[in-house]
Amino acid sequence: MRTIMINTVPPALIFIVGALLIPLLKGRVKSAYLLFLPVLGMINLLQIPEGTHWVYRFMDYTLIFGKIDRLSLVFGYIFHVISFIAFIYALHVKDDIENISGVVYGGAALGVIFAGDLITLFIFWELLSVSAVFLIWARRTGGALNAGFRYILVHIVGGLCLLAGILIQTYTTGSTEFGYIGLNGAGSYLIFLGFGINCAWPLLHAWLTDAYPESTVTGIIFLSVFTTKSAVYALARAFPGTEALIWIGAAMTAFPIFYAVIENDLRRVLSYSLINQVGFMVCGIGIGTQMAINGAVCHAVNDILFKGLLFMSIGAVMYRTGKTRCTDLGGLYKSMPLTSIFCIIGAASISALPLFSGFVSKSMIMSAAAIEHMPIIWFVLLYASAGVFEHAGIKIPFFAFFSHDSGIRTKEAPVHMLIAMGIAAFLCVFIGSYPWPLYSLLPYPVEYTPYTVSHVLAQTEMLFFCAFAFILLLLSGIYPSEKRALNLDADWFYRKGSQVVVAFLTKIFDELFAGFERLFVKRIPQTLAAVSKRPLTMATQYYASVRGETGTDTEEPSVLPEAASLIPIGIVVLFAVVLLFALTAAFSL
Amino acid sequence: MNERGKKYLFDSEKNIKRLLGFVYSGLGVLIVFDLFYPKHAEFPWEGWTAFYAVFGFVAFCSIVLAAKYLLRKIVKRDEDYYD
Repeated sequence: MRTIMINTVPPALIFIVGALLIPLLKGRVKSAYLLFLPVLGMINLLQIPEGTHWVYRFMDYTLIFGKIDRLSLVFGYIFHVISFIAFIYALHVKDDIENISGVVYGGAALGVIFAGDLITLFIFWELLSVSAVFLIWARRTGGALNAGFRYILVHIVGGLCLLAGILIQTYTTGSTEFGYIGLNGAGSYLIFLGFGINCAWPLLHAWLTDAYPESTVTGIIFLSVFTTKSAVYALARAFPGTEALIWIGAAMTAFPIFYAVIENDLRRVLSYSLINQVGFMVCGIGIGTQMAINGAVCHAVNDILFKGLLFMSIGAVMYRTGKTRCTDLGGLYKSMPLTSIFCIIGAASISALPLFSGFVSKSMIMSAAAIEHMPIIWFVLLYASAGVFEHAGIKIPFFAFFSHDSGIRTKEAPVHMLIAMGIAAFLCVFIGSYPWPLYSLLPYPVEYTPYTVSHVLAQTEMLFFCAFAFILLLLSGIYPSEKRALNLDADWFYRKGSQVVVAFLTKIFDELFAGFERLFVKRIPQTLAAVSKRPLTMATQYYASVRGETGTDTEEPSVLPEAASLIPIGIVVLFAVVLLFALTAAFSL
Repeated sequence: MNERGKKYLFDSEKNIKRLLGFVYSGLGVLIVFDLFYPKHAEFPWEGWTAFYAVFGFVAFCSIVLAAKYLLRKIVKRDEDYYD
């Protein structure tokens, strides 16, 4: 199996090793270098033939750094493309930590998708979480710091879950190969759950909507891509056709649409939208037919582009105005017309308007559900599509760039940001209008025609009547006004729960330490001091007190503690003796 | 309408009316098309007249109303709730 690759290296290596040089470079050279890395990576990737490469023995295990097939390749391509776009967008960033984290994060994601065994997968999976948290902390605010800690705690739990699953799975099957796993035994369930945490399944999702909006203007572009999409890849690799995923995915599409309506922070609205879109992919993987898997992968590619575009447009607003809340924004089309147009293209793409990218991929998943006779799932996905149009199609562009005039007059986004948004917008329209090049890259042959009159009519009709509903709700004053508020979500359980646990533990430990202080700092030293002063008298007094006699000839007040107060010491001594005996017995046996 | 008195695209009532006119006429054209075009459908209800129009309208309204009157009532807190 060992193939010697002379001209190519593992795709992750270019990013991860490449990151080491970043601190040594300065100015334009550094900018050029950051753009060069994904280009070099892409050239490298294009040279690698399908198959299994870079196989190494490590102790008793086989590590595989290059499982190259049609499923991993399409993720590999889009990860390189979005890295290139994101680094153009981030050209103004001077912070090395942010740049290095972005590059390593991208490298870790490439490591995950090309991993051929579970151990390699786990190593890159952990690197993914660690590098992501630096993109959150890079904003250097109190909110970002705390959200980063919560992020890493959740992902440590997820990582441990995955590790436990991998260990059990390896023990039971005797193989560390990362291929189809399916739900079969404790190990597989733990791996499934580990993937689910990174995929932001319902109730396990709050790390995403909590932490992503706290990251930097540019960090969120990387964050919106790598963690969730590499988890989607992992599910597509290991659990295609798992029925539970159909329902999990459907729930993911449905619940965020309600939160997105009432959320004030536009980057948090987009974070909810991210969960919603990943829901479509998870649902497709659960359906598991070739068409559904193709749809899920195709939608992952499109989502990376249009969600990236939406995050970039709101990021440009944040960069220029420092604001992301609906209540603070509005009327920015006057100052940022190009950014507004790019945002509208992203919004049209995510809403699956004909000629935009979402149209050619989301419908593939819905058609797969229809072909498999799943009317409930089909209805949930259709309902969620109306929700997508509400929050991402209308709310995002409307409240940022139109709506009431906030009076903010600023400059258009910097040129490099406009170029990055322009490339993403072009790809959204290109894929939407001419999807066949993308279809040809999908894991299975595509026998799907998105542009039928029925489909175009149905989708356009639905979106127009959604828009009509919006107009009526807005003009009648029923559409909810944006409010400065926080909406409770599943993170309440650990954010409030941890406060209760900390308060409880603090009380217990406070009392425990107070008890220790009384015993070791006051009573024992006092007793020892008194005994060492006049040992004979004290022993006599103690003997008398134990016998119940009261001395009449005591000249000085006794400093001897009461017998009862010595009980705790006795218990500790007794416990220590018993323990010593037990240990001795245990070792001598 | 800004500080320099410059008028932008949607500062003019006429342009807003034009945009709304475009949406309303779009609705009309789509419904007429829907009435006469024989649709290909996976599920029988997809063939019903104006199914997608009614579904879109009802779904949109129900999402907004449920979020405003149910979800917001349950989950809304002050911004400094966790501080």
